[in-house]
Amino acid sequence: MYHLIVFLPLIGAIIAGLFGRSIGAKASEYVTSLFLVVAAVLSWVAFFTVALGEGETVRVPVLQWVQSGNLDVDWALRIDTLTAVMLVVVNTVSSLVHIYSIGYMHNDPHRPRFFAYLSLFTFMMLMLVTSDNLLQMFFGWEGVGLASYLLIGFWFKKPSANAAAMKAFIVNRVGDFGFILGIFGIFVLFGAINFDPIFANAADIAQGGGPAVIDLFGMELNSGDALTWVCLLLFLGAMGKSAQFLLHTWLPDAMEGPTPVSALIHAATMVTAGVFLVARMSPIFELSPDALVVVTIVGAITAFFAATVGLVQNDIKRVIAYSTCSQLGYMFVALGIGAYGAAIFHLFTHAFFKALLFLGAGSVIHSVSDEQDMRRMGGLRKHIPMTYWMMIIGTLALTGVGIPFTIIGTAGFFSKDFIIEAAFAAQSPVSAMAFTLLVIAALFTSFYSWRLIFMTFHGKPRASADVMHHVHESPPVMLVPLYILAAGALLAGILFKEFFFGHDYGPFWREALFTLPENQILEDFHHVPGLVALAPFFAMLIGLATAWYFYIRSPETPKRLAREHNGLYKFLLNKWYFDELYDFLFVRPAMRLGAFLWKKGDQATIDGLGPDGIAARVNDITGRLVRLQTGYLYHYAFVMLIGVAALITWMMLGSAFR
Amino acid sequence: MIDWPILTVVTFIPLVTVLFILPIRDDTETGRRNIRNVALLGTVFTFILSLFVLAGFDPADPGFQMVENLPLAGAAFTYAMGVDGISVLFVILTTFLMPLCILASWRSVDTRVRDYMVAFLILETMMIGVFCALDIVLFYVFFEAGLIPMFIIIGVWGGKRRVYASFKFFLYTLLGSVLMLLAIMAMFWDAGTTNIAELLTHDFPASMQTWLWLAFFASFAVKMPMWPVHTWLPDAHVEAPTAGSVILAGILLKLGGYGFLRFSLPMFPLASADFAPFIFTLSVVAIIYTSLVALMQDDMKKLIAYSSVAHMGYVTMGIFAANMQGIQGAIFQMISHGLVSGALFLCVGVVYDRLHTREIAAYGGLANTMPKYATAFLVFTMANVGLPGTSGFVGEFLTLVGAFRANTWVAFFAAIGVILSAAYALWLYRRVIFGALEKESLKAMLDLSGREKILLYPLIALVILFGVYPAPILDATAASVEALIFNYTASLDAARTVAGTAAQTVADSVAQTTR
Repeated sequence: MYHLIVFLPLIGAIIAGLFGRSIGAKASEYVTSLFLVVAAVLSWVAFFTVALGEGETVRVPVLQWVQSGNLDVDWALRIDTLTAVMLVVVNTVSSLVHIYSIGYMHNDPHRPRFFAYLSLFTFMMLMLVTSDNLLQMFFGWEGVGLASYLLIGFWFKKPSANAAAMKAFIVNRVGDFGFILGIFGIFVLFGAINFDPIFANAADIAQGGGPAVIDLFGMELNSGDALTWVCLLLFLGAMGKSAQFLLHTWLPDAMEGPTPVSALIHAATMVTAGVFLVARMSPIFELSPDALVVVTIVGAITAFFAATVGLVQNDIKRVIAYSTCSQLGYMFVALGIGAYGAAIFHLFTHAFFKALLFLGAGSVIHSVSDEQDMRRMGGLRKHIPMTYWMMIIGTLALTGVGIPFTIIGTAGFFSKDFIIEAAFAAQSPVSAMAFTLLVIAALFTSFYSWRLIFMTFHGKPRASADVMHHVHESPPVMLVPLYILAAGALLAGILFKEFFFGHDYGPFWREALFTLPENQILEDFHHVPGLVALAPFFAMLIGLATAWYFYIRSPETPKRLAREHNGLYKFLLNKWYFDELYDFLFVRPAMRLGAFLWKKGDQATIDGLGPDGIAARVNDITGRLVRLQTGYLYHYAFVMLIGVAALITWMMLGSAFR
Repeated sequence: MIDWPILTVVTFIPLVTVLFILPIRDDTETGRRNIRNVALLGTVFTFILSLFVLAGFDPADPGFQMVENLPLAGAAFTYAMGVDGISVLFVILTTFLMPLCILASWRSVDTRVRDYMVAFLILETMMIGVFCALDIVLFYVFFEAGLIPMFIIIGVWGGKRRVYASFKFFLYTLLGSVLMLLAIMAMFWDAGTTNIAELLTHDFPASMQTWLWLAFFASFAVKMPMWPVHTWLPDAHVEAPTAGSVILAGILLKLGGYGFLRFSLPMFPLASADFAPFIFTLSVVAIIYTSLVALMQDDMKKLIAYSSVAHMGYVTMGIFAANMQGIQGAIFQMISHGLVSGALFLCVGVVYDRLHTREIAAYGGLANTMPKYATAFLVFTMANVGLPGTSGFVGEFLTLVGAFRANTWVAFFAAIGVILSAAYALWLYRRVIFGALEKESLKAMLDLSGREKILLYPLIALVILFGVYPAPILDATAASVEALIFNYTASLDAARTVAGTAAQTVADSVAQTTR
């Protein structure tokens, strides 16, 4: 069964990719979608047997991989609760996105290629979450990067899409640089990169039980400190993939890809790989409190930063992209304070409502002739009512609407509030800062989400009459996936909260997540003051009210504010100028350095002193020799005479020394 | 087992093929076709025979196998052939790439076809001979003689600046060769034999090792090529015909790495250990420096040539890390690079044959008209970038692991190359393949022909196969590499014990490092 779950998407990708032309677009769509649906159903079966049943961790060997000295890594599938959750998320969203894409892409001439990429991505993601060692995880990690690269650049005629695809790949590689060094560190510390030996020896290593002295970048460390560094390196990888602060710049640009791609890759699955990585490696992160503090800080800053940028964006997809970035920050805060279950819970619910929002946005874009700028939308509520209501559900879930102190609420109400409360209750030295930033971010989230709804669906239409004339509701093949995701967005919280981060935490997660005995976050977060528990609720209300005032009641206010605080507005609109900064700091210097090394290094110095220089000297010398060839007999005779004289002198002296 | 001199036969079949080609006149189309067919037949036959070498090879045996010994010139110099886990794969790589080269030149070479094919066949004999030779003089002869056909291939069938490029190539390699010859004479002086198997067991005095190591380094560093003696490579590649580039990148560049593994590391272990930091520095500089330079190229072949230098940096780094992962990774990286860079040059050749320019700016949007080509190019680009699942990753990963164990800073800087390689490779891919098809000259370009598919598809299969299942290569090399490291560590420890600085027993640390 596990083979099927993982390899069906690959088979689908191969069929659509290699034979898409011969079997036609329709067949490619149906084959890949069907395979994904089967894989999704099987994933739920796996979820119920492994996570909710009594199932032990399953290990399925597949094939020998790299074997060199004591480095021994095989292809293998590891299924425990954490993997089962990810299987469900990945395959459910992916199958829905496949089906949705049949409608969304129906005009595109390259559909077989599109579906092949989608299925390939799914396969890579499954390899990532089922890996039994760090190397296979890295394979999936890079594989999803490749699929993401191909899908962002799917419309390869658009220069902006090509640039975005490249940027995504290269920024991710910066993270991978850390990831791979982290893997090396693990190998040196543990002598293996398979999960079982790592987890078994983690406690020992953390107490300095590994190699006595480890030389890491010139620092002489004991193995406990080295472990912290290794965690930080791995986290750098997580930051790249999950678009955390400083390595986030690729995610908004990635919106150049087709919208279903944004829903699948850049909202529900791939970008959560970093969260998955830290959760998977919880046995070593839990033992490195310093690394966890860094995780918390980065997460909190990202949550806040991305929310501020989201406030002013006008592209409907970019708003949601920054929202994703921000929500990922929440997940990292949860990881950083040791509430791994809460992080994965938010990952789980977020997958539903964020995919819903993206696919809903796709439905909107589809209906208004591929317009993405919200300033040219408005008043679409009446025209596309089903999409409208689905977007409302998504927004309710994202902003965490629910009735405090009851068990009634949308998915985000539970998962997000868990994180905010846990941040308050945590023992972490940075918990106050994390809590504050998260509450502010929650307020911003509510504001930009409702702003999106109001700008898109309410008010007077701002699109041209021609466009408005063509506005139409999407076909059922696109709407049905929305309904299913909406059900998830509404119900996933209530149904699963006790398992992920509640009373059934222990029997649900078993060995999959590791917490130290002194980590009591699961208990503590229930006992936060009432006001703390209410904080996200009020933040949500204030955000909603402000958005309503700004975009329904008094549409002049935001324009006036933007004028009055032009500097701040520009700062936010330009995403804190990160792209410009990186261009200035890294891209241009690298180009300049490359040109310098080429022209001055290779050509002027090495060639100049080396072969060209020698050749030039030879030329000089021969040139002079040529001048000697004057053609006059007496010149030659004179030279000959000197030669003979020299020869005789040498022979005489030589014999004299003998 | 095989009881006939298979290595000699494999080595000299190409030379025998030359005898069949020479009588054919190449002034008619039929004649040229016959020459091509005979050459192809000869190389394919060589490849099939070489597979018997692989079949008869026992991966568990760390020593030389299929050894042939024929004393010549007294007892001093012998005609000795044999392969071990380090060399056998290079023999197969050579025989595998040669038929592809003949096929790649099928249409693009139309002048002096006979001479061209003869040059290639002689080159093949020399290259196989280098990897099989078990006598250092024989090795030297093959090693140097191989330069001549290459020199001629670039100089006669090359591009506009072919004469400059071939002389630059010759000038660089000659300097190293002279020093190596002196070193070989000195080794004979000291050890009294030129047989490699015997030399491997001979202990050269420490002071002498330094000089011998430097002399060999001069030759191998140029061949690799290592920074800063790499500048001949971009010119040679740019001017060489497609097949010449394939052989240059695929096999000639491997001679340096092979030489380090065959001579420098096992014969001069003390000097190797002393010079390891020096090699690490040059490797890391090569990786970062040439990657940055590659970023700025506007000639496709030059870009790939610079990326080759960067990839060879991983090889030297891995070799001198002197542990299992480092050396196995280095061998793997060399094999993989032989396939990947060879394939990339073939890919350049595909479009060059159609448009007769290597300027990146002349292309753009090929994905529109050449989807099959775009896919093949993508696979090789990703392998060049070192994407897991392609052969490029395994070598890069293992050499980096090896380097990390030896010195974390080296691995740190080398890993920066992982970022840079993505930048230059994707930048190339984007400019050539992606974008709208706007240039008139490109609109009529046809996708891969049948012949080109035969060239590229097997390479795609191998690149992915070795990425997913590298065991064939790793298993073949394991025993020999383990023995190499065992002896290397033992010599170092012996020297240390003599110096009285080593506290722990030899066996202890030997066991530790060979793991």
